[in-house]
Amino acid sequence: MKDMTPEGYTTEDGRKIGGVVMEMKNISLRFGGVVAIKDISFDIRQGEIRAIIGPNGAGKSSMLNVISGFYHPQEGEIWYQGKLRPPMKPYEVAQQGIARTFQNIALFEGMTVLDNVMTGRIRQMKAGLFAQAIWKGKAEREEVENRAVVEKVIDFLEIQHIRKTPVSRLPYGLKKRVELARALAAEPSILLLDEPMAGMNVEEKEDMSRFILDVNDEFGTTIALIEHDMGVVMDLSDRVVVMDYGRKIGDGTPDEVRNNQDVIDAYLGVAHD
Amino acid sequence: MAQPSQATDGMDSVPALLQRNATRFGDKPAYREKEYGIWQCWTWAETEKEIESLALGLINLGVNEGDFIAIIGRNRPHFYWSMVAAQSVGAIPVPLYQDSAAEEMAYVMDHCGARFAIVEDQEQVDKLIEVQEGLHQLEHMIYIDPRGLRKYDHHKLHAFDHIQQQGRAAHAEFIADLKARREKLTYDSICVMLYTSGTTGKPKGVVLSNRNIIEASKSSSEFDHLTRDEEVLAYLPMAWVGDFIFSIGQAYWCGFCVNCPESAETMQTDLREIGPTYYFAPPRVFESQLTNVMIRMEDAGRFKKWLFDIFMAHARKVGPAILDGRPVGGWDRFKYALGKIFVYGPLKDTLGLGRVRVGYTAGEAIGPEIFDFYRSLGINLKQLYGQTEASVFITLQPDGEVRSDTVGVPAPGVEIRISDTGEVFYRSPGTFEYYYKNPESTADTKDAEGWVATGDAGFFDKENGHLRIIDRAKDVGKMADGRLFAPKYVENKLKFYPNILEAVVFGNGRDACTAFVNIDLTAVGNWAERNNIGYASYQELAGHPRVLDTIQAHVEEVNRSLVSDPMLSHCQVHRFLVLHKELDADDGEMTRTRKVRRRIVEGKYDDLLTALYDGSKEIFTKTEVTYEDGRKGYISATLQIRDAAVVPVKAAKVAAE
Repeated sequence: MKDMTPEGYTTEDGRKIGGVVMEMKNISLRFGGVVAIKDISFDIRQGEIRAIIGPNGAGKSSMLNVISGFYHPQEGEIWYQGKLRPPMKPYEVAQQGIARTFQNIALFEGMTVLDNVMTGRIRQMKAGLFAQAIWKGKAEREEVENRAVVEKVIDFLEIQHIRKTPVSRLPYGLKKRVELARALAAEPSILLLDEPMAGMNVEEKEDMSRFILDVNDEFGTTIALIEHDMGVVMDLSDRVVVMDYGRKIGDGTPDEVRNNQDVIDAYLGVAHD
Repeated sequence: MAQPSQATDGMDSVPALLQRNATRFGDKPAYREKEYGIWQCWTWAETEKEIESLALGLINLGVNEGDFIAIIGRNRPHFYWSMVAAQSVGAIPVPLYQDSAAEEMAYVMDHCGARFAIVEDQEQVDKLIEVQEGLHQLEHMIYIDPRGLRKYDHHKLHAFDHIQQQGRAAHAEFIADLKARREKLTYDSICVMLYTSGTTGKPKGVVLSNRNIIEASKSSSEFDHLTRDEEVLAYLPMAWVGDFIFSIGQAYWCGFCVNCPESAETMQTDLREIGPTYYFAPPRVFESQLTNVMIRMEDAGRFKKWLFDIFMAHARKVGPAILDGRPVGGWDRFKYALGKIFVYGPLKDTLGLGRVRVGYTAGEAIGPEIFDFYRSLGINLKQLYGQTEASVFITLQPDGEVRSDTVGVPAPGVEIRISDTGEVFYRSPGTFEYYYKNPESTADTKDAEGWVATGDAGFFDKENGHLRIIDRAKDVGKMADGRLFAPKYVENKLKFYPNILEAVVFGNGRDACTAFVNIDLTAVGNWAERNNIGYASYQELAGHPRVLDTIQAHVEEVNRSLVSDPMLSHCQVHRFLVLHKELDADDGEMTRTRKVRRRIVEGKYDDLLTALYDGSKEIFTKTEVTYEDGRKGYISATLQIRDAAVVPVKAAKVAAE
């Protein structure tokens, strides 16, 4: 990436990427004696699609959990919007504008799609319990406003036809889309996607890729995603971090990463002579 | 020209009707569309403003009188406005099927030489860009949904809102021009050009004048006493003449409200929310609704199922008679009223047909059981017979004279005669002007006196004077021994089974009939689920031995029923196979209105056809398929060929001689 400056860079397809919004500095995470992440540093820039890839057990999901505040690294610093982030609970991280989806879908199965997506707006609802119960004044106004945002998301992700369907009745591919909808409803500044294409067929993957690109394009949302499918990652992302055994072994544009010998070795294995 | 102004109050163009509606009942709803989960509404006065600003914007963009404007998208108020705005500036709207592949669009766009296209979204823009090279006349594209289009080159690409804004800004400059153009419109001006779906050969551009559309709308509205209080749901393709007549012709003539669904998938929910009073659907829609009801009843509790069975049996017995106003005993009426409370009312409401006053089906024959099911519920479902060239209406069934095997009496103002060869000819005020850039076809179809050949073979029922259609005249053939071969009749009998989606019967010039069958994935899939039959794909399910057994039983039942028909008893299906893929418009096997292209199917599956006649038990085949985005692929399968039992026809010889 030749033209990378502190202010940003321009991608191949002509999108303007801004400055750094989140920076990981020398992150290490251990569970007892197991080292999940070892001394990893990388940054995420405003408006880019940033991928974290790596073979099974490389520490990708742990990395995402560190960003979302679910795990607290023993060493290292997380800088968010120019400030050092103190250790936080996941809900506090969410309040800062970071939304996520999960590898194993975590929706409320018995609730409708609409209600599930509405939960993504919880951060914006300020009315008290009593006001919500009688649904008057502020509570009513808030619900109407939030519903309007949710409906835009439903329209965007083309799930109008399942608006009132309980999530448990949906096929896997649609559940994934509902999860994305819930994360989007929060109008996040950074969207974390944990294996958004896992278990999907080719057509569903194409749809999902389209939605991810459109989200980035329409709302300017910064996206950090973990993905297994190399083809998808290379097509979608602007920059890629490659992890293996908890270490970072590559970082750069898809092309740079593809030609990186360490990455090739990690994926294809090396002959020990 | 007979005094049109008297017949229609000086309303001799669609824009003139718009002006009338906006002045007379400006605050009544004209359009609704569900967006963001809420029904958005536009009154006639607001509609007039929207159309005016768009028309001004079009003038500003350089639209001249006589230009063609292609309109590509699903049913949305914006597209209906686009059609009327195009007419207002003296241009001719040409709606296209939005699911057409790029090349199909290219043919039509090139044929009419459209300078402008108003399209829905990125998908349609991409298709047009793909074929732009060949379209020298196409200058500007206007899109409604901006999503994903931000980075496109906007020299020739404009947002719909933006065109309207420019129109409003240039109001003072162009309003006089717009008024002048609008006043020039007469009964003879072209109202719309619609392309036929083309069961054989390339589509033809049918030019319809204001006279055609307005006369057809007027007389048909009077026939069914339509008022300005009707509600319709616009969900059928905009490129199809029926939608143009219902959602523009009759809607503007009567001044009723057109409701547009949120998306194609939500149609059923939206139908229920709107509860239309005037409803049109091809038989296929009624079939799939009935299939869904039956599937859900199979899954219902025992008591509900029992209640449903009892009352549906009763409805079948007396429902149609009550609807037609024939005498029915007091006890039966009481029982029917009970049924209405427990079953018919809630069921009609679930189907979204609770308020339907007039319902029509056309395009294909509808199965008598399906037809009777809806009528027995008290839904006034009728049949009509029509085509693009007639501005829809040729015959209609009057209230109280409805039968499943006829298509009714000539529509008001329509004359019909049957030629010596049995082909149906008609002449009416709705008869099209000509095929665009195709004088030969025009001359072939329409003679100097204005009689139009329908291409359908039919006859008038002696009992009641209703028209009966047998088949497409060119599909009616002769078998090897010279007896009549009418495939449609047999196919319809097959298709009336919920498990069979489509059937193609062969036999022209042969000594026995055979058939290709498509299973209905919804019905068969549900059956498989209930019987613990696992399957991974359509292909696997279609080839399952037990599915084949079921289909064989259906075929044999049809064979038995054919025996009773002296004219067609020899058209029994001797051998059949279940196709490994659904016949699809994307592969050219069907038209966009889902009619089978017989010749193409015959050519494409030549190997299968040969196998049907050479006695083989199974056949391996490889078929090219086209995906929705235009890419091609192959699927291969080994298909079983089954022999179906036929009933020997003893008296046939005697009857034939």
